[in-house]
Amino acid sequence: MIVRIDSLTFRYPNGTTALDEVSFSVSAGERVAIVGPNGAGKSTLARHLVGIERPASGTIEIAGRRTDGLGIAELARTVGFVFQNPDDQLHAASVTKEVEFGPRNLRFPPARRKELVESALRRTGLAQSRDAHPHHLSLGERKRVALASVLAMDTPVVVLDEPTTGQDHASVVLLGKLVDDLGADGRTVLAITHDMDFCAEHFDRVIVLEDGGISWDGPVDAWLAQAADTAGQAFELPQMTRLGRRLGWEGSVSTVTGFLEHLAPGADPAPAVSTAP
Amino acid sequence: MIEVKGFSFTYPTGSRPALHDIGFEVGPHELCAVVGGSGAGKSTLAGVVSGTVPHLTGGCAEGLVQVNGRDLADTPLSGLVGQVGLVMQNPFNQISGARFSVREEIAFGLENMGVPRDEMAARVDTVLHDLGLTKVRDRSPYELSGGQQQLLAIGSVLVMRPTVMVLDEPTSQLDAAGSALVFEALGTLREQGVTTLLIEHRMERLARAADHVLVLDGGTIVAKGSPGEVLADERLEEWGVAPLRYTVAARRAAARGLWPDARPLPVTLDAAAEGFGATVAHLDRGDR
Repeated sequence: MIVRIDSLTFRYPNGTTALDEVSFSVSAGERVAIVGPNGAGKSTLARHLVGIERPASGTIEIAGRRTDGLGIAELARTVGFVFQNPDDQLHAASVTKEVEFGPRNLRFPPARRKELVESALRRTGLAQSRDAHPHHLSLGERKRVALASVLAMDTPVVVLDEPTTGQDHASVVLLGKLVDDLGADGRTVLAITHDMDFCAEHFDRVIVLEDGGISWDGPVDAWLAQAADTAGQAFELPQMTRLGRRLGWEGSVSTVTGFLEHLAPGADPAPAVSTAP
Repeated sequence: MIEVKGFSFTYPTGSRPALHDIGFEVGPHELCAVVGGSGAGKSTLAGVVSGTVPHLTGGCAEGLVQVNGRDLADTPLSGLVGQVGLVMQNPFNQISGARFSVREEIAFGLENMGVPRDEMAARVDTVLHDLGLTKVRDRSPYELSGGQQQLLAIGSVLVMRPTVMVLDEPTSQLDAAGSALVFEALGTLREQGVTTLLIEHRMERLARAADHVLVLDGGTIVAKGSPGEVLADERLEEWGVAPLRYTVAARRAAARGLWPDARPLPVTLDAAAEGFGATVAHLDRGDR
């Protein structure tokens, strides 16, 4: 298990309990979506993984080591964290310098550093903007700079807080591919997201946080099959899941390809549109 | 009422126009959605209609922008207070930093407008309730989650009851319940006669809520029309906009004769269910 969390409890200074006895484990290469209503404790949980917050009680183990004895700098070798708001993490005068900062601090040799920076810029679609000042870029682009700077650290675990918000269509497609590729490379991705279509198309497993506790943990499809579809809840089920239910289909479809296969098996062998799997 | 004619704008450091020859109108009781990829000029347009561009940014502007009949080139920003409300993309940039609780933050604009105390309290409480913020009313704005801060930013503008609302991705960090509240509030405003310009990535909600959709690409308007016309356009992805899965599924189905002939491609769940319902009925008859 690359991540093991046991009975994690956290309280804000004002006494509010943000996380209450949260326990789960994640194995290497898993792509886990963390979903839940605003204020459920999702970002607080993610901040514990990188040591920005420390538990009131309970333990966190990353790659076999308890995090209570580790500093943020040490944890940064194992877990990369992309903040929800990129302006919380960007500081350098150019995109390249920003992306280089992590691998430089981790003392990767120059050749390896260059390779990591180039790969991160390419994967985030930023190769053309390498010399730009991050603060001259749009919010969506700044989010991708923050992501590139974490990818370049080559950590076995990558934690993304709301990666698709503020991103345009092309960037969401790119992010989806990136999550798939990281999983295929054996790296572990934990992502907080409200985008259920993105979740259904790119993640294996979903953890639902509500009021600081886990209310569901299991495969995405199993979750969708039993999830209620009522107005006013935190999740809007994937479009294809709702359409399938409206047509009275049993079981759960969650993607366009799955929907068409259910509609007429074998009729849609190759996707005509590349972007919605 | 928003009226824009032949408008172009270049930022002080820009080498080419951020907006070029823009023209559109949004009337009272209307919600106009603006969509487009990153860098298409959407946030600049929000700034133009709310008066911050070019008044605060500088730069070179040409053409006409009128809000409620007033030419914005001749109107100082202070003249727009209470008329135009702007909800910015990053709620953190909108929090005053001068108030210690959510309730005080929402009251901040009204205090500056000199609204009487009793009325202020009633208006603040209504907004807290409508946006589901009552239970965090005494918390510091900085202790809220990203989504709650976004609701707070919207509330602090709504409470001033502007006649024109400009919202730059107001639901980007909200869960489904939060964005439902925002769209409900926008619907109420529309009934009350407010003119709304909404930049939004959530195509499904937009398809149901908008009267018109404008697509911006590279600073120009490349399409405008009803949500059904614009969002089912096959060039949507080229313009950097995500098509709805309903539309994608129907287009792929149509290529295999599985979508009813002559039926427009759907942009809502209802339209998709109706069309695919007909396909299923047809396939069932074929099976028998």
